Amino acid sequence: MLKFVLKGLIRDRSRSFFPVLIVTAGVLVTVFLTAFMSGYMESMVRQNARFDTGHVKIVTNAYADKISQKPYDLGFIDSESDFEQWKRDFPSIRWTPRIYFGALMDVPDEEGNTLEQGDVFGMAIDLWDPGAVQDIHLQEALVQGRIPQAPSEILISQELFSKLRLQLDSTVTLLGSTLHGAMSFQNYIISGTVSFGVHALDRGGIVTDIEDARLFLDMEGGASEYFGFLPDGIYDDGEATKIKREFNARYNSEDEFAPQMLALTDQNDLGFMLSYAGLALGLINVVFILIIAIVLWNAGLLNSIRRYGEFGLRLAMGERKGRLYKWLLVEALAVGVVGSLIGAALGIGLIQYFHVHGIDFGAFTQDTSMMVENVVYLSADTKNLILGIIPGPVATVLGAMLAGIGIFRRNTAKLFKELET
Amino acid sequence: MKKILSILLPILLFAGTICAITAEEILAKVDENMNAGTVKSTARMIVETRRATRTMSSVSYAKGTDTAFTEYTAPAREKGTKMLKIKDDLWLYNPSTDRVIQISGNMLKQSVMGSDLSYEDFMEEIELAEAYIATMLEDKIYDERRCYVLDLMAKTENLAYSRRVIYVDKERMVPLYQELYAKSGKKLKTMRLSKVTKIKGRWYPLQVVFKDELKSGNGTTMIIDEISFDIDIPDHYFTKAVLRK
Repeated sequence: MLKFVLKGLIRDRSRSFFPVLIVTAGVLVTVFLTAFMSGYMESMVRQNARFDTGHVKIVTNAYADKISQKPYDLGFIDSESDFEQWKRDFPSIRWTPRIYFGALMDVPDEEGNTLEQGDVFGMAIDLWDPGAVQDIHLQEALVQGRIPQAPSEILISQELFSKLRLQLDSTVTLLGSTLHGAMSFQNYIISGTVSFGVHALDRGGIVTDIEDARLFLDMEGGASEYFGFLPDGIYDDGEATKIKREFNARYNSEDEFAPQMLALTDQNDLGFMLSYAGLALGLINVVFILIIAIVLWNAGLLNSIRRYGEFGLRLAMGERKGRLYKWLLVEALAVGVVGSLIGAALGIGLIQYFHVHGIDFGAFTQDTSMMVENVVYLSADTKNLILGIIPGPVATVLGAMLAGIGIFRRNTAKLFKELET
Repeated sequence: MKKILSILLPILLFAGTICAITAEEILAKVDENMNAGTVKSTARMIVETRRATRTMSSVSYAKGTDTAFTEYTAPAREKGTKMLKIKDDLWLYNPSTDRVIQISGNMLKQSVMGSDLSYEDFMEEIELAEAYIATMLEDKIYDERRCYVLDLMAKTENLAYSRRVIYVDKERMVPLYQELYAKSGKKLKTMRLSKVTKIKGRWYPLQVVFKDELKSGNGTTMIIDEISFDIDIPDHYFTKAVLRK
């Protein structure tokens, strides 16, 4: 039967060309959109994990209350022995300390007086830990110069570097407040410039070694946050939530400076956004199925008007209505599968291209503080491809079912009469 | 009796009118007490944070309302840090970096050493009578002292606080309490002045508690340990050269 159906579809192109075209276009759009949405969310999770949330994060209760302000004065001090204990308790997690702080960068003239000034956002990491350096892709982000190799060396965002008309190896002064609120001054040498491709950081970010930040902020042996990354580097909400519960049950208390663990989805509304993205992906598929089904239903009805004579003749020859209906569905399935395969093949090509080259959204993210990469790379996950293909055959079969009902509401006599005309 | 009253009443009313002090006169008297040609003071600033209480000591010199110089003497981390104000400019000097840093723009609104005072507060040495238009409100008792209550509205846009409500001790003509408001009408800070002492013929509060109403905490206490008015202060104290000395 299938062989006969396919022969009919190939020989009578008017029966298959238009539906295949629609399914191809639809599947192509769905596969692309699914891969884009998925890539966008992966980018958001990846960037947040690298720069802002970790897969899990340990902060103090007081810090957690005002976490959006990054209040380092409510961070940990003298917490090195606690940190070692946490590392022993959760050996599968890779831990790293961070300090985020704000300061004023002052550029001196030849006499040491203020020449230029700018507000900076400081990110202090353990520059002697290759894992911590790799976490934020520091080597890749380096535009000029080198990663700090000595105390009091910093990296500065390329944008700020140009704005303040700085030179490599020039000295700048940071003016800020210590953890205790005292005035803090420190001279730094600019060892290089960076561009992370995240406008929130590239506007006025500096990267410094955590020991320098501890000295500057009077946070001996402390950190504002301890980041934790899951073993394979991929965020797993179930695993992160399990670790979080275990940690908080063991260490969290009423004390305002007691440690508290947060999972990635507890921060920056990422939990909501990830759930929303899943919903959006499902919605795209449902909308696609509905639109394509309506279009194919319509096409099927038009097509069947042309085939009234054929149906009339077949009924006159004794073929049952049910068999004809089944025939139509098999035809639709064949069209759906062929259209989906072509659409998926074209989609794979597009996805592969944008998976490698990405789509530059830099112009749209200039004024946003969201942690999204300027270039979004499409996800090449097979799951997304399957998710994009499934609606193709479903829509064609659904369209044929609807069209078929329309045809068979006409009685046999009327269809047979069509044979005479 | 009616005849006596008809003669006495206008006289009493007239006397009352000529004795009543105006809001402008109160402000002028407050300025007389609070401002001097030159001032040298030694003070402590006590800042309470969620983690600890810190005390910073300083010695300050001021000439008129335009120039002021402060050097921090303790604790060790702040020792040698200097601040110089000349008119609308403010410079900071830090010995560990040997840098003179100008503070301007948004930075002026930042807290000084974690206190409830901003750099702008440090800069604002003004004569109230010149800067504000005063309206008398109903008298109040504050800290067991009878006080005039004045509502002050800024004459110009460039003041840090566009409105102030001040309670002035009726007897000593010293403000005991102030509320400082933003242009939007939001209360930003309060000041509670106490330990009013007579020094060389003028009344002066030796303790001030500043409270940033937008921050939690108990506020910042400024205690003046020593103060001298109208003394000779060499001009070089008010030049940028003093910062690196």
